[in-house]
Amino acid sequence: MNELPQQLVNGLLLGSMYGLVAIGYTMVYGIVQLINFAHGEIFMTGAFGALTVYMYILPDGTSMLIALPLMLLGAVIVSVIVAVGAERFAYRPLRGAPRLAPLITAIGLSLALQQAVWAWYPDAKSARPFPQIDGGPFHLGDVTIQTGDIFLLIAAPVSMALLGYFVMRTRTGRGMQATAQDPDTAKLMGVNTDRIIVIAFALGAVFAAVGGVAYGLKYGQIEFKMGFILGLKAFTAAVLGGIGNIYGAMIGGVVLGVAETLATAYIADIPGLDKFGSQSWADVWAFILLILVLLFRPQGLLGERVADRA
Amino acid sequence: MRQRSLIAITAALAAGALTLTACGSRDDDGGSDSGNGGGGTTVVIGVDAPLTGDLSALGLGIKNSADLAAKTANKEKTVDGITFKVEALDDQGQPSVGQQNASSFVANKDVLGVVGPLNSSVGESMQKVFDTAKLVEVSPANTGPSLTQGPDWRNKKVRQYKSYFRTATTDAIQGPFAAQYVYNDAKKKKVFVIDDKKTYGAGLAGTFTEEFKKLGGQVVGTEHINPDTKDFSSVATKVKNSGADVVYYGGEYPQAGPLSKQIKEAGAKIPLVGGDGIKDDTFIKLAGAASNGDLATSVGAPVETLPSAKKFVADYKTEGYKEDYAAYGGYSYDSAWAIIEAVKKVVADNGGKLPDDARAKVTEAMQNVSFDGVTGKVSFDEFGDATNKQLTVYSVEGGTFKAVKSGTYTG
Repeated sequence: MNELPQQLVNGLLLGSMYGLVAIGYTMVYGIVQLINFAHGEIFMTGAFGALTVYMYILPDGTSMLIALPLMLLGAVIVSVIVAVGAERFAYRPLRGAPRLAPLITAIGLSLALQQAVWAWYPDAKSARPFPQIDGGPFHLGDVTIQTGDIFLLIAAPVSMALLGYFVMRTRTGRGMQATAQDPDTAKLMGVNTDRIIVIAFALGAVFAAVGGVAYGLKYGQIEFKMGFILGLKAFTAAVLGGIGNIYGAMIGGVVLGVAETLATAYIADIPGLDKFGSQSWADVWAFILLILVLLFRPQGLLGERVADRA
Repeated sequence: MRQRSLIAITAALAAGALTLTACGSRDDDGGSDSGNGGGGTTVVIGVDAPLTGDLSALGLGIKNSADLAAKTANKEKTVDGITFKVEALDDQGQPSVGQQNASSFVANKDVLGVVGPLNSSVGESMQKVFDTAKLVEVSPANTGPSLTQGPDWRNKKVRQYKSYFRTATTDAIQGPFAAQYVYNDAKKKKVFVIDDKKTYGAGLAGTFTEEFKKLGGQVVGTEHINPDTKDFSSVATKVKNSGADVVYYGGEYPQAGPLSKQIKEAGAKIPLVGGDGIKDDTFIKLAGAASNGDLATSVGAPVETLPSAKKFVADYKTEGYKEDYAAYGGYSYDSAWAIIEAVKKVVADNGGKLPDDARAKVTEAMQNVSFDGVTGKVSFDEFGDATNKQLTVYSVEGGTFKAVKSGTYTG
């Protein structure tokens, strides 16, 4: 049986998740040139927000059809509050400070958020099960798609299209583009840059929240440190796609996901490389790919469309 | 500008302080009060285990069980004039942290023995620190054979450190025991072997594979996963296409749970078999209904069925610990109790009080410790391994681990 289509779908799903989180990195970087290392934790708090809605707010046994939109709403609310709070209290006081200061703050914030969830969320000291959508897997020829993955398959492109529309067509979106190009001039032109920056953080958080719910549905569990590795991968995806470019984040995510999956599946079949083919080597291959891309395109895959960065 | 940088420093400090506070509250959890059994000398039993992170379910069980042993000894005045106190440090399952913890224990003069760690890889990093300080260490959970018998344990067994003991059975027995069960009893002939590349997981997968091949089984694929991720979909697809009728996983439940789930989702309805590292209820929680029929071997006979364990289970309940005693509870109690027995012997030999070189004496006494513990007879062979080499196969049925078969591997 040909396993390639299934592996491509596996990679596409993993990559879409990276992409959803990568958008937050890329938007914030595009506007304030800050690598928000706490973004992985915003993704994590979103997932816990969704779990809170399901476990503690909705009555037991609510159908997922009704619960899912509410969980998504809960995730978005929690993520946005955390992200906007982080911007207001951790990053805004440091605007204009040397670059390293907000970066270190971001790392500190990331640890603080992890530990806060660990310490205060009920039973969060080890992984908590996440509600699952019932219904068997779907078969398309050789490809099996899980019910939980359907959400990701729909949510990723839809939210991407909405974001594209928002940035390109709306007044606020154009304000974001202007701020990204030159914050000082944008301010002179009457753009409220503080507001734009808050919106960038909030939008990134919305995507992280969607990603958090997708993660829970896909893997059936969430934990306090799930954002750390995924955040690193998403950041990598953002760089791969061209940091600052929102489409690049999605493309970078998918390329990274597919690369990892294919490396796991096929590198071992290449004669002489059988020792380097297992999943524990997949990250190595993914980063070799990143280095190669950056060697030939230092601005990332879609990096040249500077006007689009927002 | 000056003010700006001031704000910057303050914010950085605030963030740092936040992190530290989080750590601080954790430490408060870690150290526990074992009651003050009236005056005399206080002897500290150190506990090193992952108290946070995804292995904390096992680690907290170890801590609580050792604590229970200390409390029981204080209550029963097992050693006259000595009050035992448990001090727990969190190693987060990381060798580097474990080594730092080992140094802290060595620096604390009151520590006469350490229970732990959970992970074999952490154990490796701690052994030498303890040995140079002649501080005895009894692990309830390390199963890597090389810890006691040296890296070349297959051919030539050499005791590594005089101060290292364990109450758990080694993978040199556990892996082959699982292989025999899978091949002879479960009648599975084609295995896909997966491990997490850690000392414990890779070692277990290795000894399993060796025996499985010897029995005539076929290894249709091997894979090493990355324990930092939860996405095993591409591995699961490989398993499905390999035509295996069973999967053996060397590793721990945080990865085994999702792995089992994803393998079944990929369409391979075959059982996953693992070692004591996956025998925790969290595994079933993470794997969901798909885990029905999965198998795990674990050290010793099931604690609940042993008459010697009834008191332990009851006492544990009475003390009202928040967390379950988990897979290693009985072994942790026995490990702590072995230290207590050794201290008792040393004190008795020295006319009722601790000698100046108490650490060295306790280590010496440990070699000859023998008592009836929670998990059966506790004593150590010439390598520091437990003489009790019982193992049990458990199967997941309706959401819990049910004991299927107890026995040992005799080669």
